[in-house]
Amino acid sequence: MTGQTPALRLEGIVKTFPGVRALDGVSFSVMPGEVHALMGENGAGKSTLMKVLGGIYQPDAGQILIEEAPTVMASPLEAKAKGVVFIHQELSLADELSVAENVYLGELPRKSFGRVDWDRLYADTERILDRLKVGFTPQTLVGDLSIANKQMVEIARALTVDAKAVIFDEPTASLTDAEKDVLFEVIADLKARNVGIIYISHRMEEIFRITDRVSVLRDGQHTGTAITADTNEEAVTQMMIGRKLDLSRNVAHHELGDVALEVRNLSCGHLYKDVSFKIRRGEVVGFYGLVGAGRTEIAETLFGLRDPSAGQILLDGQALRITSPTDAIERGISLVPEDRKGQGLVLGMNCRDNMTLPQVDDLKAGPFVAEGAEVAIFDQYRDRLDIRTPGWKQLVGNLSGGNQQKIVIGKWLSMHPNVLIVDEPTRGIDVGSKSEIHNLIRDLAAQGYAVIVISSEMPEVLHVADRIYALFQGRITREFTSEDVTEDSLVRAISGLADNGGAQVA
Amino acid sequence: MAQLTKSDIGGFLARQGILVAFAVFIIGFTLANPRFLDPDNIMGVIRSSAILGVMALGVTFVVISGNLDLSVGSMMSFSTIVVLDLHDKLGPTLAIPAMFAMTLCLGALIGFLVGYLKLNSLIVTLGMLSAIHGLTLTYSGGKNMDIADKEGTWFSVFGQGDALGIPVPILLFVLLAAFLGIVLAKTPFGRKVYAVGGNGVAATFSGIRRARVVFTCYLASAFCVATAGLLQASRSMGSQNTVGQGLELEVLAAVILGGASLLGGSGTIFKTVIGVLMLGFIQNGLLLVGLQFYVQYVVTWVIIILAVWLDIAAKRGTLWSPIA
Ligand SMILES: Nc1ncnc2c1ncn2[C@@H]1O[C@H](COP(=O)(O)OP(=O)(O)OP(=O)(O)O)[C@@H](O)[C@H]1O
Ligand SMILES: [Mg+2]
Repeated sequence: MTGQTPALRLEGIVKTFPGVRALDGVSFSVMPGEVHALMGENGAGKSTLMKVLGGIYQPDAGQILIEEAPTVMASPLEAKAKGVVFIHQELSLADELSVAENVYLGELPRKSFGRVDWDRLYADTERILDRLKVGFTPQTLVGDLSIANKQMVEIARALTVDAKAVIFDEPTASLTDAEKDVLFEVIADLKARNVGIIYISHRMEEIFRITDRVSVLRDGQHTGTAITADTNEEAVTQMMIGRKLDLSRNVAHHELGDVALEVRNLSCGHLYKDVSFKIRRGEVVGFYGLVGAGRTEIAETLFGLRDPSAGQILLDGQALRITSPTDAIERGISLVPEDRKGQGLVLGMNCRDNMTLPQVDDLKAGPFVAEGAEVAIFDQYRDRLDIRTPGWKQLVGNLSGGNQQKIVIGKWLSMHPNVLIVDEPTRGIDVGSKSEIHNLIRDLAAQGYAVIVISSEMPEVLHVADRIYALFQGRITREFTSEDVTEDSLVRAISGLADNGGAQVA
Repeated sequence: MAQLTKSDIGGFLARQGILVAFAVFIIGFTLANPRFLDPDNIMGVIRSSAILGVMALGVTFVVISGNLDLSVGSMMSFSTIVVLDLHDKLGPTLAIPAMFAMTLCLGALIGFLVGYLKLNSLIVTLGMLSAIHGLTLTYSGGKNMDIADKEGTWFSVFGQGDALGIPVPILLFVLLAAFLGIVLAKTPFGRKVYAVGGNGVAATFSGIRRARVVFTCYLASAFCVATAGLLQASRSMGSQNTVGQGLELEVLAAVILGGASLLGGSGTIFKTVIGVLMLGFIQNGLLLVGLQFYVQYVVTWVIIILAVWLDIAAKRGTLWSPIA
């Protein structure tokens, strides 16, 4: 690739926020037709660097060069006009508008008198959606889509212009394997058209599958760039966190206690049917299945957010109805929800207040909130989860995506629940913290908590769960123990295919 | 970048716009009429802002929880008329609690509709504005209400009395502001109000009973309205049944001017008090420079627009943005 002009080059970029030096003289380049991975721990500065490139932030120092010509990106629209397209980590779609309107937001095709050319809009969008092989139409309301499908809309946006460079900021965080494959085809296609691609992800297997070079950021500094083919996971991790990572599975076996939670023949309309399972104290149970298999809906029922249409929930052997989240929390059930921005956090509130929100009634000194106790809880979980923030007063909305997720996890861990349900707990979390969170989940189990881990990442369920329930189209198709599970049989179980190993659940 | 550019100035204006605008007003008024900064005048402004201020305290809770309350003006007329009427029928000792109970019932109705039935607060309270007006007219038979024996009652103490050398309306405003300020900033309930307004879904997922919080905010608003009605009735000892008309917008202007966002989740009682005083001084200044009082209606609207614009500009960091 030497001798070519880079599609895009950044020179000595500096960006500071009050109390944080997010970027400290970062230089970086992408060649046309190259897929360049950008890695780093949560809060290392990846998203900030890309926002500078995309015209969302102005750098304090340094410059941006497109095909070696210095440029100023005054706004996202300008960046787009100059051929730099940005697919955000945090979804930025208008829920009340249709897919087509979102895809062409700000640039709707016009007829005379400024009227929107709906036919063309729908036709153009249709063409892009075909490329992405999605199952919804241009007319669908974005608010009705799952998170994964919203992500696909965000990607569709990038395909509307003739881009010189496309930035993907953790695009696969909420995609299924099949959707991921489609995305990688799209990336290959862009690459063949000589577009430079910047790809941010915490998932090593993706980095090694699709990228040509890897650059690593650490604490706002560029620590190195390597040709992907010449390096390995260990070396990249070392560059990222400055130490080696112990990925051995933590199977310190302990005695299991009584059944903490049992569900009998639970159904909820067409969302899931006839689901039965139990979980004992000290046990980690994985719920593995594709997005839409009903996993989240089961969790929401246990947390009092949905009324089951049939079946029974037994907590410590007692049949009961859980009527609201308040009710669930009082009975010691906690849920780390899948959508951190929509369901997990109040973005305009500070870190401490977010973390203690569910227990604010219990943390009292007289009639007042005991702020000292709150700070103590925050400090404890900041250290335990390695949350990067200048202090508890920082608004959660200003944290990096992964650090926001850690606040949500800390919020529910600090409740010391009897039954902890975590829905995609490590979405957007870096490798180091991920294993930290997995260890924490194992620790909790060892202390006698019952934990349900919902995940679409197979390595994750294989790593943390003692038992795995495979779900397919709203039903539990198979149950595996950590001894008898194989990747192949797990894949078959969540695709509704028969298999002849493992215990069949009626 | 030692040199000040146009965009630096724009950025500063955007961030500190309301204070800058207020300073410009004060300087302008003082130049036009030096009496503006006279201690008597200042005291007078604070005193006449007290009724509006008391109402704004309650509306602050509603706005932070992410809702609106446009019914406070006509609800205040209702409280005033009811307490004046009951004063002569039951005597002041019974009339006051009875009026508070009736006003709180209205607040509970709104709280039920917005909180538990999840109806849009703009529609509900706009409707209530009209409905309560009708209720007041029905109650009073369309007539003005007067206390018959103005000398033989202690009722006037709330609106006209002094305690510790301070006019009672100011004292009540300050005490209520201090109390509600502490509730909002320091108690679990206050925290929940911010959470519900900031992200209602996340609040629900945190086990907060959203409906109950919204309901309580409307009760707080009704309580403040009842207090304002008491002050109004006691000050004038007689009243038209439209006395609170139009106050809902002034209250809203004060709350927004103080910096609460209409989207919910932000604002404080202290900021609202500042907003109330700013509004009071601006209106007073307009009178002192010789403008008719009805100019105020236009000015209130201009202030709302300005405050909302500057609020958005402060978030964006620029006064004007080409992006929609
Ligand atoms: N608007 C902001 N105000 C204050 N601090 C900010 C703001 N945006 C980012 N930061 C801080 O800058 C640092 C870098 O954040 P950034 O979002 O770039 O991290 P990241 O590498 O993308 O992390 P992640 O993997 O978690 O997404 C963090 O410490 C973050 O808290
Ligand atoms: Mg990021």
